[in-house]
Amino acid sequence: MSRTRTPVVADWFTGEGEDFRLLGTRCSACASVFFPCEDSFCRNPGCAGGELVAAPLSRRGRVWSYTDSRYRPPAPYVSDPELPWQPYTLIAVELAAERLVVLGQAVPGTSVDDLEVGMEVEVVPGVLDEDGDTTWTTWHWRPTGVTA
Amino acid sequence: MALAADGGDGMTDDVAVLGAGMHPWGKWGRSFVEYGTVAARAALADAGLDWRDVDSIVGADTVRGGYPGYVAGATFAKALGWQGARVTSVYAACASGAQAVGTARAQILAGLADVVLVVGADAAPKGFFRPAGGDRQDDPDWLRFRVLGATNPTYFGLYARRRMAVHGDSLEDFAQVKVKNAAAGALNPNARYRKVVTAEDVAASAVVADPLRLLDICATSDGAAALVLCGMDFARRHGVPDPVRIRAVSTVTPTYPNTVLDLPDIATDSAVAVEPAGVGFRASIARAAYEEAGIGPDELSLAEVYDLSTALELQWYEDLGLCGEGEAAKLLREGATAPGGRIPVNSSGGLASFGEAVPAQAIAQVCELTWQLRGTAGDRQVAGARAGITANQGLFGHGSSVIAVR
Repeated sequence: MSRTRTPVVADWFTGEGEDFRLLGTRCSACASVFFPCEDSFCRNPGCAGGELVAAPLSRRGRVWSYTDSRYRPPAPYVSDPELPWQPYTLIAVELAAERLVVLGQAVPGTSVDDLEVGMEVEVVPGVLDEDGDTTWTTWHWRPTGVTA
Repeated sequence: MALAADGGDGMTDDVAVLGAGMHPWGKWGRSFVEYGTVAARAALADAGLDWRDVDSIVGADTVRGGYPGYVAGATFAKALGWQGARVTSVYAACASGAQAVGTARAQILAGLADVVLVVGADAAPKGFFRPAGGDRQDDPDWLRFRVLGATNPTYFGLYARRRMAVHGDSLEDFAQVKVKNAAAGALNPNARYRKVVTAEDVAASAVVADPLRLLDICATSDGAAALVLCGMDFARRHGVPDPVRIRAVSTVTPTYPNTVLDLPDIATDSAVAVEPAGVGFRASIARAAYEEAGIGPDELSLAEVYDLSTALELQWYEDLGLCGEGEAAKLLREGATAPGGRIPVNSSGGLASFGEAVPAQAIAQVCELTWQLRGTAGDRQVAGARAGITANQGLFGHGSSVIAVR
């Protein structure tokens, strides 16, 4: 049985492989970037307001900080209670061009011992979880091998 | 812009704390209404007032009472016995208590009420806090759990790791905060945890969110706190010429762009279009309180800060201006924030000893200031306490800080 690949949240990311990007919006008046998207109004209080246009975010950034989740999080996080809990790593990544920090899970198999603040990471497509007929897709951060 | 405590025309911007009371923190398995009623009755008894003397009641809402944003003010008024008081209910997550105090103060200073009862109480669930149920893709709190499994402790872990990388804080420094606060909590009859903890105990506890261990992270508790506030004239007429006074209540929001990742957000604001202010959100909360009170960090006798984690307590030292940026661990190691030090922090035992009872906690911080400034804090008394500050931050961008003096 083949499952349908569906983003866990609509319109937060786009593309496949090398073209995969987180998707924000940019104010055409003041150039502020928003992720997750702002679609209606620019949140810069000093901006008279402009059209908000789609803005794919930089693929690469630097680790601002990182941690992991050694205990099973509560719903709505999905995990199989029948299986032993596998901790996952969370990375907060600073994107230089957008001057913002975005959180995400690390690619499976990346532990906190593999990370350092300042290390370069890139965004890649990933799978969050699967149910009956749906594979819920997400974004992951993956170290590029370039250190601080 | 400092507000003078007494403009010389008999007007005052202070409000008096006439009474303070708590229901002890713990896991008692009963209703938050019962806890809040116990705390309210204790505060009224402390103030020497009958509930029927109260003009207005302000409740800090729990979201766990079986109704979203539980209408706490009226719930407590009913439990105490309907007497027709003006009612207000506020919700600002961890900052709910400060908003309740701020609302009460505004009513008193505006002449809308002479005496206001402020109550916050919670009956916390077991385990991680979690968002409300359903499929709610428009709620950032729901999204961070669904998409990332980012519990509150994972955010605390991010902040702690960042401090280690930027300021050189160590796991031993974090553990020492717990050791200090547990020693203080052991002396506090209202604290949930009253055992001395050693650095070895912290190191032996399980990692929850790297680099933080179970004993670095505050628990979730049942508990309640209440205050009876009134105008200075009322206090004098009531035979209390020199009460503890609330001189500032800071409930500010961040300034765009907010560049520190904040619960429950998945990303920060972008600083592309607007250069960030020199002061971050937490520091701006304290700054607003200092400006309103017309006093600075050097004039404080004590501080009660929100130690959701041990590392966050250190962060607050810097944000309150008790030391320079990056110097918090040094301040801790010098013993400056321990009992008998230059500026004792969390003489109550803090969240480390209480666990968090969300809507009650910011009110409990003011209770501790009240007892310390009265000189009635018993074995944990800070000698000669004259001025204290509380600090805390609520989910979604709610500042919370109170300065009290005597």
